[in-house]
Amino acid sequence: MKRRTFTVATAAVAVLGLSATTALSQELNIVSWGGSYQDAQSKAIFQPVAEKMGITVKEDSYGGISDVRLQVQAGAVTIDIFDTGSGGGARGGAEGILEPLDYTMIDVSNFVPGTYQDHCVGTITFSTVFAYNTETYSDPANAPKTWADFWDVEKFPGTRSMRSKFWGSLEPALMADGVPMDQVYKVLDSEEGIERAINKIRELKPHIAVWWKSGAQHAQMMKDGEVDMTTGWNGRFDVAIKDGAKAAYSYDGATLDYDCFGIPKGAPNKDLAMKFLAEASKASYQANMPQYITYGPTNRDAYDLGVIDPETATRLPSHPDNAANQLVIDNAWYAKWEQHASQLYQDMLTE
Amino acid sequence: MAVADFAPGAVAEPQDEPHATGLRDDAFRERMAMLGLCSPALLLVLVVLVSPVAWLFWLSFLANDGSLSLEHYERMIASKSYARIFWTTFQVSTLTTMLCILIGYPLAYFLSQLPPRAAAICLITVLLPFWTSLLVRTYAWLVLLQRKGLLNNWAIELGLWDEPVKLVHNMTGTLIGMTHIMLPFLVLPVYGAMKSIDRDYLKAASNLGASPVSAFWQVFFPLSLPGLFAGALIVFVLCLGFFVTPVVLGGGKVIMVSMRITDNIELFFNWGAASALGVVLLALTMGTLYAASRLLRLDRILGEGNG
Repeated sequence: MKRRTFTVATAAVAVLGLSATTALSQELNIVSWGGSYQDAQSKAIFQPVAEKMGITVKEDSYGGISDVRLQVQAGAVTIDIFDTGSGGGARGGAEGILEPLDYTMIDVSNFVPGTYQDHCVGTITFSTVFAYNTETYSDPANAPKTWADFWDVEKFPGTRSMRSKFWGSLEPALMADGVPMDQVYKVLDSEEGIERAINKIRELKPHIAVWWKSGAQHAQMMKDGEVDMTTGWNGRFDVAIKDGAKAAYSYDGATLDYDCFGIPKGAPNKDLAMKFLAEASKASYQANMPQYITYGPTNRDAYDLGVIDPETATRLPSHPDNAANQLVIDNAWYAKWEQHASQLYQDMLTE
Repeated sequence: MAVADFAPGAVAEPQDEPHATGLRDDAFRERMAMLGLCSPALLLVLVVLVSPVAWLFWLSFLANDGSLSLEHYERMIASKSYARIFWTTFQVSTLTTMLCILIGYPLAYFLSQLPPRAAAICLITVLLPFWTSLLVRTYAWLVLLQRKGLLNNWAIELGLWDEPVKLVHNMTGTLIGMTHIMLPFLVLPVYGAMKSIDRDYLKAASNLGASPVSAFWQVFFPLSLPGLFAGALIVFVLCLGFFVTPVVLGGGKVIMVSMRITDNIELFFNWGAASALGVVLLALTMGTLYAASRLLRLDRILGEGNG
């Protein structure tokens, strides 16, 4: 009898203790892509924001927006905030599996235009550029600069590589075909425009040695000299160059894309998550990212704080000088055309 | 229990009828007991194998809004790339299987002729790749075969060729990598079949005047066929679902069904588009195997081997 009372008492104390801790320290569950990217996010954003707000952030890596959809459809959401590509954010929003963000709380007034959407707020920017081998094209005065140069195999003989998926591949093709940057999505907004871009890639196809599938792959190819020019993501090329790759790239005509934070529909701590995003979107946190990884902030105020050293700043995708020469990715176009364009691209690849 | 019925006294009068039913009942009871013993295994197969396949089948007929539709199958007919991808998949699998037979059969024969100790050592070298990660082996080939890889560098240095030869990021590289990975799956069953062949048959053949070559082709080879078919079948079926090696060594030019399945999940955001591909691949595989078994009379060959 005595023993039983004791057990009940311990249980009661334990329950009380538990509820006390949950009331004291609120918790958020945040997922991202893992690796060096999430390490940087953790040090620059997640933990400092958590400290400022006096809450606990639990981090995990995940497999992308399809994980979020699975949780929402199963009605068992454990994720409060996730990091995804802008396209994933747009599709999740269109599918209705994300909470709309409250932009009266999150201040995006000085964001790079186009780097936030109804259900996803930008956190870093990256660019799809082309890099070239500086040994193959050794004369800096005569280096390839434009997409037309990328396509010009007579002036710049050598092998090429492009992405095995259409994302980010059609825009350069149209620019190489003479479409001005600000007209690209206008031309692409029709079946003829897409066909035109695909035909332009078809023209280069005999010179494409590899259709790359991942960022690690195109970085490695530049390091190994497997191809002479390839499209790819600027951050990956920076790592490869730091690692000894004989490569260079420029931001002229690049496409500017971004990763963003979203909240799944029915997230356990939705309101707290919104407050967290309001804080995490501030320039003071974003400015700390570039010291860990070369992706630029979406909040342009971050450049004015004096935190990012000037030499690094000029190499970031969203630096005003670089952003001016780039095409910001249009997710509305992708939502409308991606299945059609992807099918044509696959047909072209398997010809 | 059955023993009691056959007690000496009962056998004296040939009363067939009751004994027959008794035996039948016994047999039935024994079968039920066996079934009972097997049931955990059967249940496991049902839960982890049959039901997922059925679920996959069902998903492939669901449209995005959850209604029944054939849209995932219609897309496969409408888009030209699907037929080409299926063709590539079967092409790669067939070629890999043939290469494995060409390399693996003589190798297994060689191993089966060695004294036990030497054979054991050589078998380990065949098995060694099994113990290394698939990814490591695949990337190792990339390092060897790429434009500025070891092979091209050495060949150019030795003057074998002047320009780097395209050995990887194409069909050649994919076949080299896949053959290397699949070889043990062929060698082991063939080696097993060869070891179980009684050498006296060959001696008998020579005794009856057969030359070593005709003794091999007329006696040894047919007896080793069950192992060869079993190995070839395993290699072929495994190749059909291959993913990592064609991704890394194919350079985006060798696109197989498994790669398209992952792409479809990413693109269409639903399982149906991917499931339909899985269903078609399953149907085509079963059709091919059925055709092959009819053509080659596999049942007879395999039956003989077992008997």
